[in-house]
Amino acid sequence: MTAQDKKSLTIVQLYPKDMNIYGDWGNTLSLSRRAQAHGFDTEIIDYNPGDEFLEHADIIVGGGGQDSGQTIIQDDLLAIGDRLKAMAKGGTPMLVICGLYQLFGKEFRTIGGENLTGIGIFDLITEGGEERLIGNIVEESDEFGTIVGYENHSGLTHLGDGVTALATVTKGEGNNRDDKKEGARVHNVIGSYLHGPLLPKNPKISDFLISKAAEKKYGEFTPATIDDSLVEKARAAAIERPR
Amino acid sequence: MSRPVTRLIGQGVRYATKLRGGGSAFPGLVMEKLHPDFVSEELAKLPRGVVVVSGTNGKTTTTKMVVQLLESQGLKVFTNRTGSNFVRGVAAALLGEMNLRGKLDADIAVLELDEAHAVHFVKRVKPNYALLLNVLRDQLDRFGEIDTTRRMLSTVAAATTGTVILNREDPRIRRIANDVAADTTIEYFGLSEKLRAMFPSDDEMRSGVTASTEQLPDAKVALTGFTGTRSTFLIDGEEVTGDVNLYGVYNIFNAAAAMALTLEVMGQDADRPALIAELAKIAPAFGRGETLNVDGQTLQLLLVKNPSGFRLSLSSASAEDYATMIAINDQYADGRDVSWLWDVDFHSLEDGGVDMVSGVRAYDMALRLEHDDVAVAHVEEDLETALKRFIKHSEGKSMRIFCTYTAMLALRKELAKITDVEEIS
Repeated sequence: MTAQDKKSLTIVQLYPKDMNIYGDWGNTLSLSRRAQAHGFDTEIIDYNPGDEFLEHADIIVGGGGQDSGQTIIQDDLLAIGDRLKAMAKGGTPMLVICGLYQLFGKEFRTIGGENLTGIGIFDLITEGGEERLIGNIVEESDEFGTIVGYENHSGLTHLGDGVTALATVTKGEGNNRDDKKEGARVHNVIGSYLHGPLLPKNPKISDFLISKAAEKKYGEFTPATIDDSLVEKARAAAIERPR
Repeated sequence: MSRPVTRLIGQGVRYATKLRGGGSAFPGLVMEKLHPDFVSEELAKLPRGVVVVSGTNGKTTTTKMVVQLLESQGLKVFTNRTGSNFVRGVAAALLGEMNLRGKLDADIAVLELDEAHAVHFVKRVKPNYALLLNVLRDQLDRFGEIDTTRRMLSTVAAATTGTVILNREDPRIRRIANDVAADTTIEYFGLSEKLRAMFPSDDEMRSGVTASTEQLPDAKVALTGFTGTRSTFLIDGEEVTGDVNLYGVYNIFNAAAAMALTLEVMGQDADRPALIAELAKIAPAFGRGETLNVDGQTLQLLLVKNPSGFRLSLSSASAEDYATMIAINDQYADGRDVSWLWDVDFHSLEDGGVDMVSGVRAYDMALRLEHDDVAVAHVEEDLETALKRFIKHSEGKSMRIFCTYTAMLALRKELAKITDVEEIS
């Protein structure tokens, strides 16, 4: 019997149909399994445009998409934006990657001169760039230690005052070409350009999301001891790869 | 510089490179510098013109099929067989095929071109036929997005003067019909409704195959069923049965594509019995389900490079009957980003487990399998060591190795030391 016996967490994946381009499903799967390893039952719910919005979600994850995917989901995202914002302020942990990271910001100015309005959970602005930033990326975070993944984006993101970066890049580009910062952090929300996908090789981030969700729902979180030897080897191999 | 002189220089370089070994595109590079219009001028002389085969999955095997099927119809076919699919690769292949008087002895050229190279190629050479297979998630680290890839193929279709043959089942390919020139013919190959569920598109990966509300155009050739190698096609509305001795459902589907193209090229002169007879004689292209014999056991090499290809390869045989190895590298030719492995469902390997996981990204792969509850017996990053151990412990079972491109090349090299492996020139 673990402390979490009969406790459950509901994970909502935002827009898996249109925003699931670089193995984003891996984040949802990995998070769910990690929560199970910590003793929770889990339920994964897909949220696609027009679906009923689940305000009782314990963790929200969202991924990247084609430009066309972003256009498809944009109206729906704006429609549920205030509710997502309220949940974020209320402490619901969220992880958004790439396309949804950008749209969780204030604005995305595309290269074609179009302005996509974001839902403003993050104080940041993204501008479409000419060239894609592509390659293996390694970064250091005070909260999560070394984070490893792969980036592939043309958007250049600049953080405002109301938000801090997730990490400082040691190999690769990150949010933009200038400041070596990557991702964003506010409340219990994490935004990042890293896929790979992010969570399987960075379980400390999963543990953060799970612990915050558990504390919010049950007032406590007792972590289980999990054997991460395979994860460590996969991380070591990935960190050694050339850009 | 006059043409015969440039060509002889090119042929000389080709001979010299052959002696040195390797570098199949290098002589073409020399030609390209000396005489940039060489390829287009030579190909323009062919009486039946140029066929371009492109798309994400199945180009090499489909091109091989098209070549053989056209040859069964009595045509002399020029092709870029080495899989060196740049313009200069085509130039190099041309030089190899020409006699010393500079005459290319062929009726038609059938060229496999990857999406990006196809765009450059059609700027120089307007194809008479284009066969566009599919647009799937692959090499996003190179092309950025699927929609970019679709636009590349659209450019190829727009440059085609005779007939564009499209995959009716791939919505991104089907939509290319809108970009074809007004006086260019459009034909389709496809699947029967019953088979459609076996081929989910990338968009349907999470949601499952949904019934399309769109009215689909008629297919010139549709695959309607298969049991083992016995396959049934609907050709211009008439049911035809034949054998396809290629591994994997996707290859059988691509046979429909190759037949549609061949019938289109031949028109009234098509000899259908010869076509069906030839179909059974087509052997897999290297590394695409190629079967080798190792100590009396069969060993299959299955090239995997994107989620849909891997999914289809997995579904082509029941895993328990085989010893299984997976080798994942992340060089440029493999795809640098291994995220795509997370969009493959590996549950079909749960019963048999995986005997060996190898390659530069062996631990990424092992981690992926762990997430689908697939037991992994061994992880060994070094391919040579892994292969030896895998063969030794296969215990009389037939072996399957799913491998990315550079892993496949390395494994073939090792396998050549212990069994007959066809030399790739």
